[in-house]
Amino acid sequence: MRKEDFLSALRFFKPRVEREQKEKLAEGWAEVQTGGRSWEDYHRSRWQYDKVVRSTHGVNCTGSCSWNVYVKDGIIVWETQRGDYPSCGPQSPDYEPRGCPRGATFSWYVYSPVRVKYPYMRSVLLQMWQEARQAHSDPVAAWRSIVEDPVKVGEYRRARGKGGLVRVSWDQAVDLIAASLVHTIQKYGPDRIFGFTPIPAMSMVCYASGARFLSLIGASMVSFYDWYCDLPPASPQIWGDQTDVPVSGDWFNATYMIVWGTNLPMTRTPDAHFYSEARYRGAKVAAVAPDYAEYVKFADTWLPARAGTDGALAMAMAFVILKEFYIDRAAPYFMEYARQYTDLPFVVILAEQDGRYVSDRFLRACDLQPGVVDHGEWKTVVFDGASGAYVVPNGSIGFRWEDTGKWNIHLKDSESGTPIEPDLSFAEDLAQWVQAGFPMFEAGGSRIKEGAVPVKRIRLQDKEVLVTTVFDLMAANLGIDRGHGGQCPRDYDDPLPYTPAWQEAITGVPREDAIRVAREFAQNAELTRGKSMIFLGAGTNHWYHSDMNYRAIISLTQLCGCQGVNGGGWAHYVGQEKVRPLAGWQNVAFGLDWLRPPRQHNGTSFFYFGTDQWRYENIDAEELISPLSRGHEAKHLADYNVLAARLGWLPSYPQFDRSPLGICREAEQNGAQTDEQIIKYCVEKLKSGELKFAMEDPAAPVNYPRLLFLWRSNLLGASGKGHEYFLKHLLGTENAVLNEENQSVPFSEMDPKPADPDGKLDLLVTLEFRMSTSALYSDVVLPAATWYEMHDISTTDLHPFIHPFNPAIEPPWETKTNWDQFKAIAERFSELASVHLGVQKDLVATPMMHDSPAELAQPLGKVKDWKKGEIEAIPGESMPKLQVVTRDFPNAYKMMTSLGPLVEKAGIGAKGISWESGEEYEKLKEILGRVTDEGISRGRPDLTSARQVAETILTLSPETNPRVAARAWQSLEKKTGLDLSHFCRGGDGESLRFADIDAQPRKVLTSPTWSGIEDETRSYSPFVINIEEKIPFRTLTGRAQFYQDHEWMLAFGEGLPLYRPPLDMQLLGSTRIDRLRGQGKELVLNYLTPHSKWSIHSTYSDTLTMLSLFRGGEAIWLNNEDASELEVKDNDWVECFNVNGVVMAKAVVSHRIPRGKAFMYHAQERLINTPGSKISHQRGGTHNSVTRIFMKPTQMIGGYAHLSYGFNYYGPTGAQRDEAVVVRRAGEVEWYED
Amino acid sequence: MKIKAQLGMVMNLDKCLGCHTCSIPCKNVWTNRTGAEYIWYNNVETKPGIGYPKRWENQDQWEGGWTLGKKGLALRSGGAAKKLAKIFHNPDLPRIDDYYEPWSYDYEKLTGSPELKHQPSARPKSLITGENMRVQWGPNWEDDLAGANVTGLDDVNFAGLEKEIYLQFKNVFMLYLPRICEHCLNPACVASCPSGALYKRDEDGIVLVDQERCRGWRFCVSGCPYKKVYYNWKTGRSEKCLFCYPRIEAGLPTLCAESCVGRIRYIGVMLYDAERVPAAAAAARDGDLYSAQTDLFLDANDPAVASAAATAGIAAHMIDAAKNSPVYKLAVEWRLALPPHPEFRTLPMVWYIPPLSPLVNLSEKVGAAGIIDRLRIPIKYLANLLAAGDEAPVRLALKRLMALRTYMRSKQLAKSPDAAVLEDAGLSPDEAEKMYRLLAIAKYGERFVIPTAQREGVENLHRERGQCGFPPQSQGRKDE
Repeated sequence: MRKEDFLSALRFFKPRVEREQKEKLAEGWAEVQTGGRSWEDYHRSRWQYDKVVRSTHGVNCTGSCSWNVYVKDGIIVWETQRGDYPSCGPQSPDYEPRGCPRGATFSWYVYSPVRVKYPYMRSVLLQMWQEARQAHSDPVAAWRSIVEDPVKVGEYRRARGKGGLVRVSWDQAVDLIAASLVHTIQKYGPDRIFGFTPIPAMSMVCYASGARFLSLIGASMVSFYDWYCDLPPASPQIWGDQTDVPVSGDWFNATYMIVWGTNLPMTRTPDAHFYSEARYRGAKVAAVAPDYAEYVKFADTWLPARAGTDGALAMAMAFVILKEFYIDRAAPYFMEYARQYTDLPFVVILAEQDGRYVSDRFLRACDLQPGVVDHGEWKTVVFDGASGAYVVPNGSIGFRWEDTGKWNIHLKDSESGTPIEPDLSFAEDLAQWVQAGFPMFEAGGSRIKEGAVPVKRIRLQDKEVLVTTVFDLMAANLGIDRGHGGQCPRDYDDPLPYTPAWQEAITGVPREDAIRVAREFAQNAELTRGKSMIFLGAGTNHWYHSDMNYRAIISLTQLCGCQGVNGGGWAHYVGQEKVRPLAGWQNVAFGLDWLRPPRQHNGTSFFYFGTDQWRYENIDAEELISPLSRGHEAKHLADYNVLAARLGWLPSYPQFDRSPLGICREAEQNGAQTDEQIIKYCVEKLKSGELKFAMEDPAAPVNYPRLLFLWRSNLLGASGKGHEYFLKHLLGTENAVLNEENQSVPFSEMDPKPADPDGKLDLLVTLEFRMSTSALYSDVVLPAATWYEMHDISTTDLHPFIHPFNPAIEPPWETKTNWDQFKAIAERFSELASVHLGVQKDLVATPMMHDSPAELAQPLGKVKDWKKGEIEAIPGESMPKLQVVTRDFPNAYKMMTSLGPLVEKAGIGAKGISWESGEEYEKLKEILGRVTDEGISRGRPDLTSARQVAETILTLSPETNPRVAARAWQSLEKKTGLDLSHFCRGGDGESLRFADIDAQPRKVLTSPTWSGIEDETRSYSPFVINIEEKIPFRTLTGRAQFYQDHEWMLAFGEGLPLYRPPLDMQLLGSTRIDRLRGQGKELVLNYLTPHSKWSIHSTYSDTLTMLSLFRGGEAIWLNNEDASELEVKDNDWVECFNVNGVVMAKAVVSHRIPRGKAFMYHAQERLINTPGSKISHQRGGTHNSVTRIFMKPTQMIGGYAHLSYGFNYYGPTGAQRDEAVVVRRAGEVEWYED
Repeated sequence: MKIKAQLGMVMNLDKCLGCHTCSIPCKNVWTNRTGAEYIWYNNVETKPGIGYPKRWENQDQWEGGWTLGKKGLALRSGGAAKKLAKIFHNPDLPRIDDYYEPWSYDYEKLTGSPELKHQPSARPKSLITGENMRVQWGPNWEDDLAGANVTGLDDVNFAGLEKEIYLQFKNVFMLYLPRICEHCLNPACVASCPSGALYKRDEDGIVLVDQERCRGWRFCVSGCPYKKVYYNWKTGRSEKCLFCYPRIEAGLPTLCAESCVGRIRYIGVMLYDAERVPAAAAAARDGDLYSAQTDLFLDANDPAVASAAATAGIAAHMIDAAKNSPVYKLAVEWRLALPPHPEFRTLPMVWYIPPLSPLVNLSEKVGAAGIIDRLRIPIKYLANLLAAGDEAPVRLALKRLMALRTYMRSKQLAKSPDAAVLEDAGLSPDEAEKMYRLLAIAKYGERFVIPTAQREGVENLHRERGQCGFPPQSQGRKDE
């Protein structure tokens, strides 16, 4: 101890001599002090600051929270939430504050050691590049000299991910990137270039930066929502809508809540208070969760259903509800709702098969009156109880694309216009009942079960058929005893499907709880006219059969009239997002103001083929198809995708086995003079087999994806399911794939050539602010500005506001905003393009798109393959749509930085409606200023800066510009024949400007792009407009559909909602690695990857604050009894592996976790605290090192009404949650620091 | 009577999300610096568990707080003489491992590694020794019951319960406990300081460690039974939660309260009778402490109290704030909020509304009274945490929460609301409406009723206006 310290110790005995007044309290033990407190300025001056800026975090979380960013002494020091959202009114909690611990740590990144401050290139590539540039003054020639040399290619690809990143100048980096773009376009075509960035809503201008540039040059954007498996395919299947959900403020209106696999406090942190607060308003809460998840804490009842079995619980609840509220007693509200808004009264044809009946397709107008009714194949039929006749009601999709004003769901006969009363059921006194077969799926396989269905006979052309209603099929499928035989359970305790007792054996949920919750849910809905809500999310959606889980669960909300009701319906919360100003945004983001259509690939197919996961596919489709299926030939799952591409259902890029520019040149050399002739030439070549889809031969080098740009994305460290396959097959670097190619399922549509050991990508570029896994494995890393250093705008599904990003400081070091980064690339590209590329024709193939007339391409849901001669090859009908787009490569930069003429000439729109925007185009010239440079952009609105892009989005969108909103509503009025003028009020108001949303977050306007109403008195809930205004759902029947009648849906047994058990991954061999098994105590566990508490995907996972607040690195949660069996203690290292790879992590042992499960929370990278693995002899993996995706054929269906492709809208999802892993103790670990 | 005013806080554990947002701005603004790495003025713990620092609630180990001896109230760790005897070695101080060894990573490896055989990865490095380390505990190690099947065995709140039963999947329960300094009415830290560096502010009751006077003896650290005073190894001084007084003085809530997205925190003014503090802290039985403390609080809406407060020199706006104090309503009027571990006898001023939890063994019909006993969290556990083991106040609070929900549900679903359920819980429909408003609607201005600081005491405010912010006299300011 120092002398002065010792002396000061004596003060304890001395009276104090300072000036302050002290007052003793508590008999002298405590004291208060009133003077001499100038030291308190110590903390006051810490709190003082120089500037506060409004910004937010562009991270994929749906938070969209407005934050104050504080600047002190020129440094960003901290952030706090900004709570100035417009109020929800006196009777509701406000959206205040919003934020979460992750966002609150963001300022850590700005000056952190993981910040990417400069452009980087891997040294081995840089050396090659420098040498090549010495040898070639032309950068394109220099790049060619590298990528056409297999030795060099192998060398720099193998070095990916192993350090060795060195600083380069921006000029050097951009020169190489531009050269690689030009070379790839020249040699292979632009469709070999890809951009991946997710979730535009979180920072729409940043998304638009690369998307706009890449779309303009003909490269393809890759979708994320389906790839993340966050897209619930059930939503487009049921409603024809990607996903539309209530804002969190609407939760407060619910009086019954079932939270089913979405961890609201953990993953919807800023919104969760509405959940806890609704309870004080009287809401009852049931939580369905396999573990004692955070949301269970707020529930009245916990239903601990085994992970993945949720569909079984839902089917049992549907059983209770249909029996008690439809059959035993017809609840009037439910009847009324079901008749008008669902397909339950629609008539379905029964086909005779093996002495029983099976449900076939919907009855159509073309069946009743062949050739008489326009689009008769697309108009479905009900039986009108009032007139006793079959009637074609308004609203089915056949009315959507004709201007008859009958695309609405008023219950009217479309021919006579008279009101109708559709029968829900054909069960009447004298009805005939027949036995129908229904597919039934169980853990061990499938079987047929029988149910009695009341039928009518109807004569169609030359034959008589039996028909019934969707409702009657539902009741029979569920097994409800209607007194006419069938395999019906006696009561709820009878363990036949789909009773509460039946589900108990599968889910573990006591039957009495299932019955009680079902009953309460329905009773509540009946009393409140639909205010029962079900929250859903990753826990129920990330499964192979997610669509069937969801269809079973959503059917509860449909049966109880909850959809389209404030406080009711589904509330899907995983990865969903809402670019509220959609029309304006997509116009800018995909360059639609200059060129249409853009290339947009579905992510799941892209990565499944690009990373060769198809090679390891071992699911035999034979095992998936319905026991009732006849004549459906099971294929390799990759073959289904090839077929889907060929039939124009799904996109596929690269398109063909040669350049889309080359095809046009070739056609012209062969005499084609018009675009039509080029297309015809191409069709002929496809028919003759001289031209093939690239997907048919993904291992041919000509069909490789060549360049990949990642921004706002950590594909390799977060979303890349099948991580090790990415490393092995896409990147060609070291990997831990322990799997062997599967030979057991034969291919019929594609050529499985051997894999290239050097991978596929010529160049991987990541534009990032943090050294993520993706950045670490990239060839070039470009330093990005953070969210506190840029202008942008943010919206979400969860609240109705739009608000901005603002720079608190200029981008530091050599960082640039995404917009400026891509501008730099575009500028250099344009220079090189003017020498090498010029103007060229590009043949663009796109699928039949949802919300376009092409959704009427393939009638009656019958699959016809032109390649087999079953139908003529007609682009846009039986095969992809083909269009010729003229690419002005040298003008890419000028196009990117100005708003193009099509805004004025072709108008803009979204979701099947469009309107003119000439007025806004003129206005934007004034707001943004006109381009003064010579050339094609001269005089056009200037898009040089990110802020100008933001202004453009605000001006062009109905959600932010009342004049545009009025025009959009008028457009929908025309389509529906409805009076929607009440939505057009305020049509003369001013558009929001950037400065307005900077002053305060602003509420968006109600728009026909979306389905909810947002105003002072009510909060946004999906489908409210459909229900209240009678605007059809964008489905075949125009109603919410329980029944799916596409040929493939029936073949796979998924016509009606039912339970499909999770895939048995042990049986499928995931853990069958004999050489590694049996070394010490092991357990095989189901591997679940729920979203994390300590990061938003991988962002924030590396901040010291988040790492300190939990276990400081990768962790896997295990049940305590499982752990004890493994002799694993809390915080021991464990190794977790299967054929896909290995992950090393700390064990987190807890009695909160059920037995048999390993929880590895999502997006744990191997960047922090990850030791080596003795299995792979490499560093332990990421959370995705033990996953692989599984494609589901029914999600590939296209060209058929609501089952038509949309980018991020519909398509196969990248499911991974069925997976199994081996877990065991790792003992001492090594760090592999060499 | 000696009326004092103090800011108090209530946290509604029934709404707590366990998200830790509260901790972060606090950390960023106040303890994001060398020497304070391990310090979290605000932390959140998952219960059951032993928390941060480990087993802080166990005073048999730490000897914090007060004890009632034959001669009345005394610091549990002993008086001045005993302090002097151990002034160079205080056996009751937590060691760094009881908090956690703070760490960082060699992050530079990610951007700066030369080409290696293996992918680079950053290893944890101790912020104390700079060496590689194995992370073994942290400020929130037991989040969501991580490891709690073992650590939970040491949770003192299981007293009187068969803890093993609750540490298995079938009977699992959890709650979150966000914690800041209690700014006690009878602070053991202040009493423990040999240097007189700790004090309680007269105007708002905020307890502070004077950073100029602290000599780093750390008796405040051991004296505080909540372990909310920390020793900064760099400055050599102790420091603690300052209730964000620079914000409070401006009428703004603390950073933890401002950022609470669960909207569980309330801040309000409490008037109390300082004269009766010693007697309340010396209540005969531990179980009496809760009501003894509650009895200290004065109803500002009582005209006699308001006038006595004015006479005592309490500013008018402070009295007005006390009239609208959400803390008073929740703690005193409705008896929803309870003090943590009143048996520590410091008379803490950050109180908690106990949480409801899922019901177990639910049959179709159970009365309101029966429901409370079916909550997954045992009443006894909450009573040990919030009422020195006395179940009655916990039962009343939970019953009222449940009655509020039942009543409000009947309002949404039935034509005639069910007032009987309220009556049974001793509430009127009017009170229920007010509770609903404060708990559910919870507007910002109703959660936080904080008057701005009264600075009229400054000698010459007119002159101060031009000078505040310039360095103080001690650093060269000459005009005072």
